[in-house]
Amino acid sequence: MTRAEVLADDPIWLILIKVVVLFAFGVVMTLFMIWLERRVVARMQHRPGPNRVGPFGLLQSLADGLKLAFKEDIMPAKADKVVYFIAPVISTIPAFVAFSVMPFGGRVSIFGEQTYLQLVDLPVGVLVVLACSSLGVYGIVLAGWSSGSPYPLLGALRSAAQVISYEIAMGLSIVGVIITAHSLSTGDIVNAQANFELWGLKVNSFFIPLLPSFLIYVTSMVGETNRAPFDLPEAESELVGGFHTEYSSLKFALFFLAEYVNMVTVSAFSTMLFLGGGLFPFVGQDSVLNNGWLQFVWFIAKTFVLLFLFIWLRGTLPRYRYDQFMRLGWKVLVPVNLSWIVALVAVRQLRSAGWPLGPTLFFGAIAVLGLIALSFALPDREVPDDEYVPVTGGGYPIPPLDLEVPTETPKRRRQTRGSRSRRRAAVTAGQSASASQSQEGSNDGNV
Amino acid sequence: MYETATILAQPPAPGGPGDLKSYLPLILLFVLAGAFAVFSVVVAPLVGPRRYNKAKLDGYECGIEPSPQPVVGGGRVPVAYYLTAMLFILFDIEMVFLYPFAVTADALGVFGLVEIFLFIATVGFAYAYVWRRGGLDWS
Repeated sequence: MTRAEVLADDPIWLILIKVVVLFAFGVVMTLFMIWLERRVVARMQHRPGPNRVGPFGLLQSLADGLKLAFKEDIMPAKADKVVYFIAPVISTIPAFVAFSVMPFGGRVSIFGEQTYLQLVDLPVGVLVVLACSSLGVYGIVLAGWSSGSPYPLLGALRSAAQVISYEIAMGLSIVGVIITAHSLSTGDIVNAQANFELWGLKVNSFFIPLLPSFLIYVTSMVGETNRAPFDLPEAESELVGGFHTEYSSLKFALFFLAEYVNMVTVSAFSTMLFLGGGLFPFVGQDSVLNNGWLQFVWFIAKTFVLLFLFIWLRGTLPRYRYDQFMRLGWKVLVPVNLSWIVALVAVRQLRSAGWPLGPTLFFGAIAVLGLIALSFALPDREVPDDEYVPVTGGGYPIPPLDLEVPTETPKRRRQTRGSRSRRRAAVTAGQSASASQSQEGSNDGNV
Repeated sequence: MYETATILAQPPAPGGPGDLKSYLPLILLFVLAGAFAVFSVVVAPLVGPRRYNKAKLDGYECGIEPSPQPVVGGGRVPVAYYLTAMLFILFDIEMVFLYPFAVTADALGVFGLVEIFLFIATVGFAYAYVWRRGGLDWS
């Protein structure tokens, strides 16, 4: 029986147990991650970090959560009441639902029932995770919009633009894995990595042959979860708290929960896609190291490596500027990704067709380099010269003031013929024009 | 290769495509997470203290008088975000088209390679155009 069939055969009590355990897993991981982050960042900054509440300060985040529950719940007067109320809910639900397709472990027996350590194995599992990560941004945008305050609005807009920009890089980096694994199901992708050999070594993972995809995924997952150095939506030095500035009490806690659950989700997703899920490297799928429960341990260990990367980045890198960040997403990650997909498909086809790979790759690389060199030869777009448009403090362009006032208007001479009125007209023109040149012009006319 | 007619004629295999019963655990998790979130949001105003004053209910702007806002919801939105959203739709649809191709890439063979190359070239042309027109510059 395949993984999907075994999971579809689960009795309802087992499903309920799994649902509750999965939910608790998300909450516990959040509490633990907050503690771990504070401790590790503290170590990086030569200070102890939270160490008073419980052993090693482990209960610190639980205490913080309880404290938040008993804080005053403020609804700003300008807020859109309904949207302000449901935004944290919209943010939280997709974060947890994305967990459901993660293949945490292998085949085990729970109370005599054969099953896998996974909630569901849908044929479109990868799409479920992508959909959930996209839906989560609705919570953020609506929270910022409904707060009725400028800082949350700016934070929410930045967040939306950031998530959709990096969603593309993220989605395209997954294409490489799908091409190699022939499936969108999370369980099948892990199975495809089992016994995957490289240079005669069972690496049980895709991340070495698909290294470009892996690097792009890791970059975009940091952008997708709004974490440092891409934490522009909640840049505290620019936007106070970003989209959750106006939130307090448990509503604020829900946003925090969603952010950390999302971090765990993208890390677990990356483990599943590139690091071989729960498979232990260098041994076969039937080895004792790869039994169902041990696979769960390896899966969590690999996930924590990536979660540590999140903390490490936060502790070491300064925040990006917004235009730099958007440039990285649109001008680097997207084209590199598309070229990599074409190259991957081409190499796979050539290899299955039995072409000599070496010479083909050599000439292909020359052609690509030639195209890149050609693209540099294209002339830059001409920027219109705005040197002659003076701008005052008000920000509005003003018309040029050095206009030549004509000494005589032919029409007026014909009508009046009197030198007196002509002189008066010239004097008025000289007074009204502020530039010295026009005054000189009218003086010349008088002389 | 899947034939649409044969798939529709047969009852879906357990856990296979079209088996809606396999979505049940996902919906249960959705309900549980939703119940937790709604509970938190509803219980928050009830257990906390309630000592409101006008300054607390104003929008937070680092202590200065809040700037005027519309009656409900946020203020005006810079137009650059609109452009980003439009570009996202373009590339997201490209991404969605790449997924079915990726699943069947090896089965489609050289035909698939040529087709996807043409497809990416078409989108790449639009991409180059947007780049040259400055649509990707954030200013």
